[in-house]
Amino acid sequence: MPIRNKVIALVVGFWMLFLIIELVRRRKLREEYSWLWLMTGSVILLLTLWFDLLKWITELVGAVSPSSTIFLFAFLFLVFISLHFSVVISKLTDRNKELAQRYALLEMEVHELKKRTLPPEEGVLSKT
Amino acid sequence: MEFGNKILVIIPAYNEEKRIASVIRGVKDHLPLAKVLIVDDGSDDKTRRMAIEADAQVLSHPINLGYGAALQTGYKFALEKGYETIVQMDGDGQHDPSSVPELLGAIERGEADIVIGSRFLKTGSTIWAGEIYQAPFIRRLGMRIFGTITSLIIQQKVTDSTSGYQAMNRKALKWVSSDKFPWDYPDADVIIMLHRAGFRIKEVPVRMFENQGRKSMHSGWKPIYYVFKMFLSIMVTLMRK
Repeated sequence: MPIRNKVIALVVGFWMLFLIIELVRRRKLREEYSWLWLMTGSVILLLTLWFDLLKWITELVGAVSPSSTIFLFAFLFLVFISLHFSVVISKLTDRNKELAQRYALLEMEVHELKKRTLPPEEGVLSKT
Repeated sequence: MEFGNKILVIIPAYNEEKRIASVIRGVKDHLPLAKVLIVDDGSDDKTRRMAIEADAQVLSHPINLGYGAALQTGYKFALEKGYETIVQMDGDGQHDPSSVPELLGAIERGEADIVIGSRFLKTGSTIWAGEIYQAPFIRRLGMRIFGTITSLIIQQKVTDSTSGYQAMNRKALKWVSSDKFPWDYPDADVIIMLHRAGFRIKEVPVRMFENQGRKSMHSGWKPIYYVFKMFLSIMVTLMRK
C-alpha cells in the first residue's frame, strides 16, 4: 500500500479511537454505543499495520487494491452502524409510547384524586 | 337496548374540538349505561375541555403518538378499571353510534371475542351528505385487496378490514393491551394476529358517515407507507409462531 495511504489510514484510525474514548470519558457517548466504533477504528489500524492480512482479505473479497478493501470495510461499517441505530430507535419509540401512555393514565388518577380531596373550585377544570 | 356488563366506549381524538361534544352526546344517547372515554392524543386545541364539558372521561397524551397508541391507552385503561366489554370508535363523527347495539349484541351473546363493524355488509353503508357514499376507486381497490388477503388468511370472509369501529370482550382486551398490538398503524394485520392468537372474530353491518373537509388520515405519502406496512406486517405475522 502506498505510504501516503498508510499514513492517512493510521492517522484516521488513531484519531477515531482517541475521539471515541474521549467522548465516552466525557460521558457524551455511552459505552454500549461506542463498541462498534472502537471495533472499526481498531480494525482500520490492524489492517493498516498488518499489510499481509490486508492483502489476504483483498484477494478474498476480490477488491481492486488494498485501499479499496479499507473503503469497503468503512462502507460496511456505516451500513451496520445505521442499522444498529434503527434498532435502537425502534426500542426508544416503543418506550416513548409506553411512557406517554403511563403518563396519561397517571395524570387522570391525579385529576380524579384532586377532584375528590380538594374543595370544589375553578381549579377542578384547570387542565384545559 | 340494555346491556348488562360494564361497557366502555373508547374514542381516540386528535384536534376534534368542533366535533367531539356531539360524538359524545351521540354515544350517550344510544348507550346511556356505558361510560365514554376520550383519549386525547396530544391535541393542541380545546378537545380535552370540550370532552370534559360533554361529561366524558378524558385521558390526555402529553405528545401526539398516533391513533393506534391512543386506542391502546384506552384499552389499558379499560383493563385496569375492570371493564368487560369495550367499543371503539373514531372521534371525528365518522361512526354512527346507532350501530353500537349491533356491535355489542354479538359480544353479549358470546358469538365472538371481537366484532368488526363493516360498512360493506348488506345493511352496512357509508353516508355522505345524506347520500350513500362510495370512496375513490384507489381506496376501494386497496380495501378490497387487503380484505381479500385477510379473508384468505383467516379463512373467514372479511369485508371491511380497515374498520376502526369495533367491539371486544375482556379476553381480547388483554391481548390488545400487550406489546403484541401493532400500535403504529393497526389495521388488517390486527385481525390476522387476533385470529392466529385464537380469538373469534365476527363482522356486523354498521353505518358510517364520510365527513367533507375532514383532515384525512390518509393524505400524502401515507397510503404508500400503509400498503408497504400492511404487506410487511402480514408477512412477518405469518412467519411468527
